[in-house]
Amino acid sequence: MNNKFILIFFLIFLSFCFIIFYKGLNNSNTYIPKISEEKNIPLFKAKDFNSNIDITSDKVFEKNSYYIVNIWASWCVPCRKEHPLLMELSKTQSVKLIGLNYRDKLKNAKKFINELGNPYSQILIDNDGMLAVEFGAYGVPETFLIDKNKKIIEKFVGPINQEIVEKIKLIIK
Amino acid sequence: MKTIKIFLIIFLFIGLPQLKSNEKNDNLKNKILKNIRCLICQGQSVYDSESDFASSIKLIVDKKIDEESSEDQIYEFLREKYGDWIIYEPKLNKNTYILWLSPLLLFLFGGLIIFKKLYNQK
Repeated sequence: MNNKFILIFFLIFLSFCFIIFYKGLNNSNTYIPKISEEKNIPLFKAKDFNSNIDITSDKVFEKNSYYIVNIWASWCVPCRKEHPLLMELSKTQSVKLIGLNYRDKLKNAKKFINELGNPYSQILIDNDGMLAVEFGAYGVPETFLIDKNKKIIEKFVGPINQEIVEKIKLIIK
Repeated sequence: MKTIKIFLIIFLFIGLPQLKSNEKNDNLKNKILKNIRCLICQGQSVYDSESDFASSIKLIVDKKIDEESSEDQIYEFLREKYGDWIIYEPKLNKNTYILWLSPLLLFLFGGLIIFKKLYNQK
């Protein structure tokens, strides 16, 4: 009776281990960011790209307006690819684009903007990548949509595409 | 010569606590960095990685320690930005109950079996 009980328990234990490992092996071991979670925008102080003057997040983001924060760098090839779409979005009146120049050389970044056009109403410098961390980003490009209550409502990892542009347009309509 | 000696003693008295505090902060920083996963590397902690992401996180941890944030506050900050995945040692919550409690339950059950066997032998 006692041995039977131990055997049953052992079998249950083995099945439990099998299920856990089987499920674990199927799970991805790379980071998948949560993109549907609403978060407040971080409070920060950064340097303005054009004037080199310190500016706070309160001055950058005003209430009752939609914002798109785009993290970019001149050395980032996908950023070049998504740039025409950002130019398209910048023509939309109901949203302001804020650029976050990530770990870049000012000279190269200016060349990039002069060459491809400036879709941003303001560009902030993020030389050490700390500002990107405050936004919860882990690479370039990344794009955040911020609503009228200063909340991050959408996060797009990687270059944006036409589908994403349409989605953004639908939200800010 | 005497003046130099006095200066050296004063310097040691002023400098030693500062050195000790720096060492304490460095130990805390290394402990935290070893427990943070580099999200863009395969199987590397932020401590081991030289990626852009890791160096930004190192700066953030440095800044937080300078601001006298506690270890838990730093983990909480990172967890809020990137989720539980960024910390190697997950916190006890409803998703990790099995992970934390199953070794303890198994240990107790094993102990119970051994105890029962020994008791029956008597």
